[in-house]
Amino acid sequence: MSMQQTLPLPGVTPERTGGHRTDHLLVADMVRPGSRVLDVGCGDGELLQLLESRGIDGRGIELSREGVNRCVAKGLAVVQGDADTDLVNYPDDAFDYVILSQTLQATRQPRVVLENLLRIGQRAIVSFPNFGFWKMRLQLLVGGHMPRTENLPATWYDTANIHFCTIKDFVQLCDEINVKMERAVALDLYGRPVPLNLPWWVWNMFGEQGVFLLSRGGGK
Amino acid sequence: MSNVRPITSQPVPSDDRAHEADHPTSLVAKFGMDQPLKLDCGVDLAPFQIAYQTYGTLNAERSNAILICHALTGDQHVNNIHPVTGKPGWWDTMVGAGKPLDPDNYFIICSNVIGGCMGSTGPASHNPATGKVWGLDFPVITIPDMVRAQAMLIDRLGIDTLFCVAGGSMGGMQVLQWTAAYPERVFCALPIACATRHSAQNIAFHELGRQAVMADPDWRGGRYVDEHTHPHRGLAVARMAAHITYLSDAALHRKFGRRMQDRELPTFSFDADFQVESYLRYQGSSFVERFDANSYLYLTRAMDYFDIAADHNGALAKAFTGIKTRFCVVSFTSDWLFPTSESRALVHALNASSARVSFAEIETDRGHDAFLLDVPEFFEISRAFLQAAGKARGLASGEGQS
Repeated sequence: MSMQQTLPLPGVTPERTGGHRTDHLLVADMVRPGSRVLDVGCGDGELLQLLESRGIDGRGIELSREGVNRCVAKGLAVVQGDADTDLVNYPDDAFDYVILSQTLQATRQPRVVLENLLRIGQRAIVSFPNFGFWKMRLQLLVGGHMPRTENLPATWYDTANIHFCTIKDFVQLCDEINVKMERAVALDLYGRPVPLNLPWWVWNMFGEQGVFLLSRGGGK
Repeated sequence: MSNVRPITSQPVPSDDRAHEADHPTSLVAKFGMDQPLKLDCGVDLAPFQIAYQTYGTLNAERSNAILICHALTGDQHVNNIHPVTGKPGWWDTMVGAGKPLDPDNYFIICSNVIGGCMGSTGPASHNPATGKVWGLDFPVITIPDMVRAQAMLIDRLGIDTLFCVAGGSMGGMQVLQWTAAYPERVFCALPIACATRHSAQNIAFHELGRQAVMADPDWRGGRYVDEHTHPHRGLAVARMAAHITYLSDAALHRKFGRRMQDRELPTFSFDADFQVESYLRYQGSSFVERFDANSYLYLTRAMDYFDIAADHNGALAKAFTGIKTRFCVVSFTSDWLFPTSESRALVHALNASSARVSFAEIETDRGHDAFLLDVPEFFEISRAFLQAAGKARGLASGEGQS
C-alpha cells in the first residue's frame, strides 16, 4: 500500500493557486483554525506545511521511509506507519480532524480504517479516486478492460489500489456505518472543484475524485 | 588496528585512568553532605561529584542549553581530545562547528553518569568515609538516579529548562527518563536507538558480560584496586561480546568478510587468523585501558533495571500524559540491539499522550553503533528537528544555518 499518492498522481501536474495545490487548499479550508489535525499518508508533508502555516497543530503518518524523513527534515511531526495497522494505536478523540487523502482505496480494510478515522478524530476529511468517473466507465464498457487513467496508470496486476469505489459506493458506506457527510466536493483531473452544485449521479459521472468532510452521525 | 594482541598481557590500567576517576580532566560540580543524591535503592549518596564538559555559551535568556547523555561506555568528552586515550570526542560527528549540535548556537553540556569512571562518583572513585576505592560498596544505581544527578547539575548551572536533551542507547534511556521525570524542563527530546525498557535479550547479553568480568580471578570480588590486580581479561571478553551486538551481520561482513589477518593461510591454531578476530581483540584490549570493570557492572545493571512503564503501573502512555515536549525518535534499520519495534512502541505511547512526536527510521547496515557514525540522513533529520524546535522556542536566528 502506498500512502504517498496524494492527488494528482504521476503524470498529471496539479493546479496551483498562490503556490499551493488547489486540492490542498480545498482540504485546508475545511479545517477550522487552531485545531489539531492528523494527516494519514502525508507524503512529503506539503499539506501539513500548509496547515501549520495557518496555525494548525498538524501531525502526520506516512508509510514510506523517504517521505517520513523528508517531512521530519522540514520540521514536521511525522511518524512512520501504516493506516491499516497503526491507527488502532491512537486513542479516541485525539484529534479534531483526521485527513486521509487518496489512500482509502489502497487500504486492506477501508471500512475499518474509516471507522478508526472517526474514532480518533471528531471529523474526517477523506478523498479518493472515483471509479464511477466517465472515463473509467467507458473503458470498461467499450474497451472491455480494467480502466487506466492519467491519475491511475497502474495495471490491474500491479496496482496498490485494491479497493476501488465510486462516489455512490462511498456515500452508501457512510450511511451504513452512520457517518454524517458535512460537505462533499467533486474534483476534476487537476484537483479543481467541479464548480456547480449538481446532483449525485452527475458527480459520480464527472468527478475524477471526491472529497468529503465527515463527522460522526447521531445515534441510530 | 594492531595485529594479534592477545588479551592476556594487559598490565594494571594506566594511572591516568585511575586518576580521572577522582580528579577528572574536566569541570566538576561537587555536592556536599547537605545535598545528597537520593538513589532508587534507598541510599542517600553524599558527598558526590559530577564531572562534565560544556561547549558554547549559555545565552542571556538561558534558553539554548542542550544536555547530551552518553551511552554505556561513553563519557563527558563529547567533542574534545579524550584525556586517557588521546582520541577525538565520541560524538564529534554530531557536535561541533557546522554540525547539527553547533556550539556557536547552543550551550552544550555532557556529564559523566553517576556510577561512571571518568570523574563522576562511582565504584572507581575513592569513598571519603574509608579512604579506599568504593568497589562493590558503591550502591547500585539506576537510570533515574543518573538523571536525578544530572538535574542537580543543571540546577547548579542555573538552567531551568533545557532546550534539548539528546542521546543514543543508554543515553536515549536517560533522555526518556528526563521527559518522564521532568517534562516541564525539557523543551525537545532526541532519543536515538533506544527503548523504554531493556529487553530480555539485552539483559542476557549484559549478564554474559558481567559474568565474564566476575569469572576473571583478578576481579577479586571487586577489590582489584586494593589488591593491585585488574580483571582485564574478563572485561575485554565482556567488551568483545558487547561489541558484536553494536554491529550487524552485514556490517561485519562488509568490513571483514572471511579475510585473513596478515596471512594467506590458516595457522591451524587459535591465533587470530581472521581479521574480525583481530578487530575484536583490539576492541577488547583498548577498552580495558580506559574503563573500570566495576563501573561496567554497575552501568549495565542500571540499563537492565530500566523500564519506564513499570514505574507507571505498566502503562507506558501514562509516563508521558499531557507532555509538551517535542520528540524526535530515531532508530536504525540494522540495529538489532534496540530494534525499530522498540522505538515504535515508544512512538505509540507518545501518540496516545498526544505528544508532538516525529519518528524516523534511518536505513543503514551499520547496526546499533550507527548513531556514533557518519550517517548523513540522521544528521539532516537531527538538524531540521532542532531548527524547527529552536524556532518554536524563539531562539535567536542562526541555529545551525550551515
